[in-house]
Amino acid sequence: MSATVGQLTPKQIKQGRRHLVTPEGIDLQIQLADVGARIGAFAIDLVIIVLTLIAAAYALGSMSLYNDDLAFIILVMIAFLLRSFYFTLFELGRRAATPGKMILKIRVAARGKARLSAASVFARNALREIGFFLPLGFLFGIGSGGVDGWMSLLASIWAGIFLFFPLFNKDRLRVGDLVAGTWVVRSPRPMLAADLVTTDKPENEALFAKFTFTPAQIDAYGIKELHVLEDVLRAKDRDVLEDVANRIRKKIGWVWEHGESDIVFLKAYYAALRGRLESKMLMGVRREDKFDRR
Amino acid sequence: MTRRTLTLKSKRFREERQDVWKEMEFMLQRIEARSVRGLTDEEIIQLPRLYRSTLSSLSVARATSLDQSVVTYLESLSTRAYYVIYGSQQRLRDRIYNFFARDWPLAVQGAWKDVAASTFIFALGMLIGFVLVSNNPDWFYSFMDDSMASGRTPAASEEFLRDTIYGYDSDDGGLGAFAAFLFSNNSRVSILAFALGFAFALPTVALLLYNGLSIGAFIAVFTGKDLGFEIGGWLSIHGTTELFAIALAGAGGMMIGRAVAFPGDMTRMESMRSKAEQAAIILGGVVVMMFAAGLLEGFGRQLIQNDWIRYGIGGFMLTFWLLYFFLPRKTSPS
Repeated sequence: MSATVGQLTPKQIKQGRRHLVTPEGIDLQIQLADVGARIGAFAIDLVIIVLTLIAAAYALGSMSLYNDDLAFIILVMIAFLLRSFYFTLFELGRRAATPGKMILKIRVAARGKARLSAASVFARNALREIGFFLPLGFLFGIGSGGVDGWMSLLASIWAGIFLFFPLFNKDRLRVGDLVAGTWVVRSPRPMLAADLVTTDKPENEALFAKFTFTPAQIDAYGIKELHVLEDVLRAKDRDVLEDVANRIRKKIGWVWEHGESDIVFLKAYYAALRGRLESKMLMGVRREDKFDRR
Repeated sequence: MTRRTLTLKSKRFREERQDVWKEMEFMLQRIEARSVRGLTDEEIIQLPRLYRSTLSSLSVARATSLDQSVVTYLESLSTRAYYVIYGSQQRLRDRIYNFFARDWPLAVQGAWKDVAASTFIFALGMLIGFVLVSNNPDWFYSFMDDSMASGRTPAASEEFLRDTIYGYDSDDGGLGAFAAFLFSNNSRVSILAFALGFAFALPTVALLLYNGLSIGAFIAVFTGKDLGFEIGGWLSIHGTTELFAIALAGAGGMMIGRAVAFPGDMTRMESMRSKAEQAAIILGGVVVMMFAAGLLEGFGRQLIQNDWIRYGIGGFMLTFWLLYFFLPRKTSPS
């Protein structure tokens, strides 16, 4: 989650970060969804569909229709509707995500533009048939009626290409995404966490006042370490805090005084380091990590 | 020195701006839950201002703040806002209305060449299947497997075949179940005909031919027992809709296949993408037609036993679809 502005590094691109420049000229830099998250979302959706079908079958079974065939036909129609429209209708909605995708905080988006057209959503979901249901059919031999073993095998390989397609292209596209011009991106909804540099209360002020670091002590670390420290402070794991505090004390030669709490020390150091690095940034110097001697 | 923490510029920046961010977030929540229409006029005027202000906060935060939580928060907030502001403003209801009133029929109209070609191939398949099986019933077993035929083979007796046309309470393993099976088979065929189109349309053509063959063979079994008129009624009540839908799906697949095979000045990828939307709209409609056909098949055919009414409904549906697709229509939204 580096906040570098400008061109993405090859490493960032490999990790799935992509440019998305708004008409206002701001590069929002979206993050592609992990293949794992997509599989998970699809699994959740499948479970929802299957559960709905079971519930429908149960409801139809308990209703006494005038013949069983009719109940069966209604069930087939419901299955058809679910299979055809479940994904499409949810992805056409405001959040462009099925329940599975919402849970895993990902969404469908058009590649390179903001407007996700209905046609794109139709296309990407129609190709789900060959991307998933067809390979599944071959796997269970449903699609192999009258076809001998070799043909089945060839068909499975052919279908498998579609199934594993997202693993083999840099934008993690399904065949459906490729045809429809869409991709799946992360849509996290983080809360705005409280700033770690809070000394609003007078007693805190007094606590922090004890810590005065020399410029040399502050310069021991760079941005990367600052972000790690931020994560540590937010996670608030006592053992980790103690370990990190001791390591920093050792590195900067800080003498532990009796009664000095680890978290207050770390917060004070965090504030000092951030202040230092941010004022350097204002001068146009981003000190990436501790090895960066600027 | 003691007040250094209070003078962090990034902290002051956050304190000054965060009310705007919260306001933006609150508004986004409401829009995502309902729609832009749920907002009052003043709020709609506020929306672009909040959006731009959030974007500018993001730029400033990236340049000056090393507080990760602020930067990631602003990134996700801006992205959400971007999709809301520049994304589709239509409600789902309006999108569905537009689809039926304009997008779908126009897409079919625009693809009339493909529709004609795919209908021709499909019909050709039926004709070949019919002629082959009429002359030599053994061909039947090459086109249909047993699960599909469920007893309707050239070896079956006339009474049995007649029963399958009319009876819904016959003991032949359930005609309803058979109809449901046919229905899901046909919808799968149509989706595959579309989805495999990009392989130069070859799988699409093969699928259309093959399905034509089995339908032709199926009809031949019945005409062989002098049940031609009756099977026509049995098929046409839903078949005019269902077979038309398969032909349309095939047309969508062929359209994509053609675009890939003959890309002209574009790359194959671009060419495919340029046609994919239209083809997908056609397919979206095919699914609806399949559903209509399923209703006709499941209910209409079981409840209506009279041949003439069956033909009447089939003919009516065909006329309806043809008029719906090919009557001239306004191309721009009214």
